[in-house]
Amino acid sequence: MTKEPKVSLRGLYKIFGAKDEAILHHVQAGMSKEDLLVQHHHVLGLQDINVDMQAGEITVVMGLSGSGKSTLIRHLNRLIDPTAGEILVDGEDVMALSETGLRSLRQNKMSMVFQKFALLPHRTVLQNAGLALAVRGEDAATCNAEASKWLDRVGLKGYENHYPAQLSGGMQQRVGIARALTANTDIMLMDEAFSALDPLIRTDMQNLLLELQEELHKTIVFITHDLDEALKLADHLVILKDGAVVQQGEPQGILMNPSDPYIEDFVSDINRARVLRVKSVMEPLTGTEFAGDVSLHDNLESMIARSGGDTTLHYRVMDGDAPVGELHMRDLVKALVPRLSSGDA
Amino acid sequence: MAFYDGLFKVLGLSDWCGAGASNAPMSMADLLAQNTGEETKGEFFPFPSLDNLNESCSGIIQSRDVTKGIENGFLAAKPALKSVLDPITQPLSWLLDGALWTFATIPWFIMVPILVAISYYASRSKAVTGFVLFSILLLGLVDHYDVAMQTLSIIFVCTGISVLLGVPIGIAMSKSDRLQRSVVPVLDLLQTLPTFVYLIPLIFLFSVTESKLYGIAIILYAIVPVVRLTDLGIRLVDKDVIEAANAFGMNARQKLVKVELPLALPNIMAGINQTIMMSLAMVVIASLVSAPGLGVNVLRGIRNLELGVGIVAGIGIVLLAVILDRVSKAALSRVDMTHVKH
Repeated sequence: MTKEPKVSLRGLYKIFGAKDEAILHHVQAGMSKEDLLVQHHHVLGLQDINVDMQAGEITVVMGLSGSGKSTLIRHLNRLIDPTAGEILVDGEDVMALSETGLRSLRQNKMSMVFQKFALLPHRTVLQNAGLALAVRGEDAATCNAEASKWLDRVGLKGYENHYPAQLSGGMQQRVGIARALTANTDIMLMDEAFSALDPLIRTDMQNLLLELQEELHKTIVFITHDLDEALKLADHLVILKDGAVVQQGEPQGILMNPSDPYIEDFVSDINRARVLRVKSVMEPLTGTEFAGDVSLHDNLESMIARSGGDTTLHYRVMDGDAPVGELHMRDLVKALVPRLSSGDA
Repeated sequence: MAFYDGLFKVLGLSDWCGAGASNAPMSMADLLAQNTGEETKGEFFPFPSLDNLNESCSGIIQSRDVTKGIENGFLAAKPALKSVLDPITQPLSWLLDGALWTFATIPWFIMVPILVAISYYASRSKAVTGFVLFSILLLGLVDHYDVAMQTLSIIFVCTGISVLLGVPIGIAMSKSDRLQRSVVPVLDLLQTLPTFVYLIPLIFLFSVTESKLYGIAIILYAIVPVVRLTDLGIRLVDKDVIEAANAFGMNARQKLVKVELPLALPNIMAGINQTIMMSLAMVVIASLVSAPGLGVNVLRGIRNLELGVGIVAGIGIVLLAVILDRVSKAALSRVDMTHVKH
């Protein structure tokens, strides 16, 4: 991609402990997390992270507990300082910012949504949503007008004068999202934003986020431990393990070509028919006889329903009005079986 | 012949001991023994205390010299201390005298509605306000209105100053671990020192006729909980909320005013409640050093064995305590937004 990335991380290392810089070279020489803990009593947070986040895309960082994903997102606005490496936002080095510059970056360029909502319990929903503007020094009328606009947008009209403790978890997180949107920043950081919600509400919130993104085209960095959620939201998926990037790229690509047994393990439990799209299994256009036209973005589940389970059919794949390839149902069925590493039965 | 004679001989200190010759004041037991002509019979193995060692070696000081020394040291430091502390604490005298005068001058039919209005404003509770009115009228009925107002005015001033000083100290402590480590032992000392002991050095420093004498004693005693609970309250503020405040770019002042203090307010209010209760406890003891109010009647009850006077004043103190406690607790539960009902 030739576009300048909105946010990029270059060779980011984070070691937790008092003498982090002194032992950095051990990690750079390849010492493992366990050895570092045993021999030097320091905890390895992140190692050699290189990620580019494109403007207007949702970059999902996925990993299990302790993989460093929450640490990673806190580096973007320097809630945590790295041991080594560069953080560039709009080409500007965040590490070089003064305290005032950093505060201005946090106020004007990035907003954040938290797993535990982190709303102010003594402020009303309206005041919470308008927090970012109030911090910037806008007058109360502007804050309230912007805040109620976004509260409306996330479906909380009529709750402006409630206190957070009076709302359910899902509604509180809507306030959290409204607060981030009211800040009107290009970049939104979402730290396990939906992990504390129950599954139905979580699906609701994911749909809300996708709907908002359709319209707003923010640069969103989304942290999750849930692969389904990651695949649903991601334009660019980064998988972390023990503080290192195992694989990153387009989610369909990762699903079709896992580069590592760890990821194969991960993706083996996924409902592939629902996640994989036609574009991932189509072939170049050669044939002429088709059972019908399908969209590039249809998922495989809908294709199976459409073909009635008949594997002999072929479809023409369209991107808008232009034909771009063909889909053999036989390939589609093969794609439903996860590729296993050679040793596995 | 004293028990430790041999010890000094062995150590070869006899010369040094003898130098002072035994002209030290004698104990009463020695004097008696001298009169009756008997040698005092020491214990079989006396504790090597200063007095016992002194019997064998007059070069060693006696215990009474230690207390004497402390007293002399204090008296020597007194002019310097007084020249610094006197001007600093003078406003306290003015405040206390002013408050006493104000409460005494405002007639009861104006003062009572004001107090009732304050308790309603603070608590927003009809029951609490009604109880306050009832208690004040009851005190007035048995002619304890004036003394109760004196006590109340002293508590108002001392609690106010305790909060004004205590909250900033607590905030500073919550921001600096080092400051916390050095202040906590002082707070422990203030809290464990028997209340009477506060009065001793103060009596030496200031004249008993000055109101600041009891004012300082009350404030020193009552400031502890508000400092402790401010520190604790700010340290207990949810780390996630602080992180959110950072993430939205708040500066230190915004964080303190918009996040930390409001969230710590329930704890701070609990501290203020304790401070009020402790100043009430101290204001009674401070009547020993001329603090006016209900405590004087209690003291009169003890001195003159006037049972009824002491008990009525005691009940008056209990009433005041309950009023102050209920009003401040009601105010506390009102500010605690984390438990809003649906």
